[in-house]
Amino acid sequence: MDARNPRETVVKVSGAGVKRGDRWLVEGVDLTIRRGEIVTLIGPNGSGKSTTAKIVTGVLKPSTGTVERAPSLTVGYVPQKLNIDWTLPLTVKRLMTLTGRYPVSAVAAALDATGISHLANDEVQHLSGGEFQRALLARAMIRRPDLLVLDEPVQGVDFNGEVALYDLIKKIRDETQCGVLLISHDLHVVMAETDTVICLNGHVCCQGSPSSVARSPEYLELFGARAAATLAIYQHHHDHTHLPDGRVMESDGTVVAAHDHHHGHDHHDHAGHDHA
Amino acid sequence: MLDDFFSRALVAGIGLALVAGPLGCFIVWRRMAYFGDTMAHSALLGVALAFLLNINLTLGVFLVAAMVSVALLVLQRWNTLSTDALLGILSHSTLAIGLVLVAFMTWVRIDLMGFLFGDILSVSVTDIAVIWAGGAAVLVVLIAMWRPLLASTVNDEVAEAEGLRPEVSRFVYMLLLAVVIAIAMKLVGVLLITSLLIIPAATARRLSMSPEQMAVLSALIGAVAVTGGLFGSLHYDTPSGPSIVVAALLLFVLSIVIPVQRMRKRRLEAANGP
Repeated sequence: MDARNPRETVVKVSGAGVKRGDRWLVEGVDLTIRRGEIVTLIGPNGSGKSTTAKIVTGVLKPSTGTVERAPSLTVGYVPQKLNIDWTLPLTVKRLMTLTGRYPVSAVAAALDATGISHLANDEVQHLSGGEFQRALLARAMIRRPDLLVLDEPVQGVDFNGEVALYDLIKKIRDETQCGVLLISHDLHVVMAETDTVICLNGHVCCQGSPSSVARSPEYLELFGARAAATLAIYQHHHDHTHLPDGRVMESDGTVVAAHDHHHGHDHHDHAGHDHA
Repeated sequence: MLDDFFSRALVAGIGLALVAGPLGCFIVWRRMAYFGDTMAHSALLGVALAFLLNINLTLGVFLVAAMVSVALLVLQRWNTLSTDALLGILSHSTLAIGLVLVAFMTWVRIDLMGFLFGDILSVSVTDIAVIWAGGAAVLVVLIAMWRPLLASTVNDEVAEAEGLRPEVSRFVYMLLLAVVIAIAMKLVGVLLITSLLIIPAATARRLSMSPEQMAVLSALIGAVAVTGGLFGSLHYDTPSGPSIVVAALLLFVLSIVIPVQRMRKRRLEAANGP
């Protein structure tokens, strides 16, 4: 599927459920992911978020319901946990071609886009949490996926890093026009660009735009009025991103060296660093 | 060249090392050392059954080792005992059943020591042909499924979500392991096979920058260990199988010591520098 029609449906799940023994891990899942759309799954632990993601990627066959996937769908997957044994010598560069063969130029481009070119020859075991998540995003991005599935991609990353990763996800979405399914580790914060929030608790209890979900009675019942009051949407308050290699990415996506960058904004959420 | 028992042993041992190294890397990466041991121990049951049913020895060992890995996969699905405990049960019960069966078969004379510790000096030209042909076949399959197997080693979910089939590559890998154990048993014996799989791979780790490099290096390191061990056993009149393992161990210790010294030297230079 090379023709990248905007709004084309990538995956449509209807009435899907997965049963293990006598227990439903999740049931009654209806969701549609279109190109260029970001769908965020929220819900308490054990509410079936990862199971739902597995139904979408095709790893799990649902016990009931149907999954319609666009033909020859390319999936990019960023798992929740990835423990790479120390005994495996794996550089960031080699990680890029883990599940497929890609030209050197594509590897360089993906590393550059995620701001980790300077780490290309480092072993993945030596990366920090944020650097590793960037490497995983680069790896998923290089596939030019039709569907990008991210399982708690900002877990274990500090707030500034979280903001930068969300920016990166947005950038990947904008550049590749892929559909994005994002599982959020946080019940109250979803990415601003999210088109649809799906709130899971063993079943889909509500879905819609972030603001409509925050007002829905099902969400209030599940998380309480206090939670609804704090359902925050991550917004862009800045016009640039600091890449880990010291360069700066402007809001239009261009990357410049730090000294060429002029701070033309009044609000700055990268505390604690100096600009020479 | 193959007229003399020593060169035959050398050719057979190197052939085995070349395939055991790359295969052993996955054992190390996937933390399957105990699994390799279990399969190797089950080889004795394979020997006993081969004698009982009067089938080819290598075939018998391969079949039993493959069956043990299938049994493990099935038992793991039940989710009752931990993999560790399951392996402990399979490993020692198959070894014990093999020993008991051998004792029952009073009509055949079995050189038990030969099967437990190997007898590389008695390999025939036919054995060499089996080792090199079998080894080459294993390497061809391993190279063909390298990417999916490596991807599933890093993360099963990623491999599966992105369209590779980790279950298939994992199962094929187990079969390859069974083949290598079957052809290795005669050389180093069921108790020492896993050392040839694990020690060269562990030795290669510190010297490698990529998985592929580590696979190639472990094959070479294994070949050096076989050569060194065999010459050592000739010189000191020690048992050949254990001598090979000792040679491999020495190389491993060297690989640990050398980079440390180099690092120390660098640190000293940095400290003394301007």
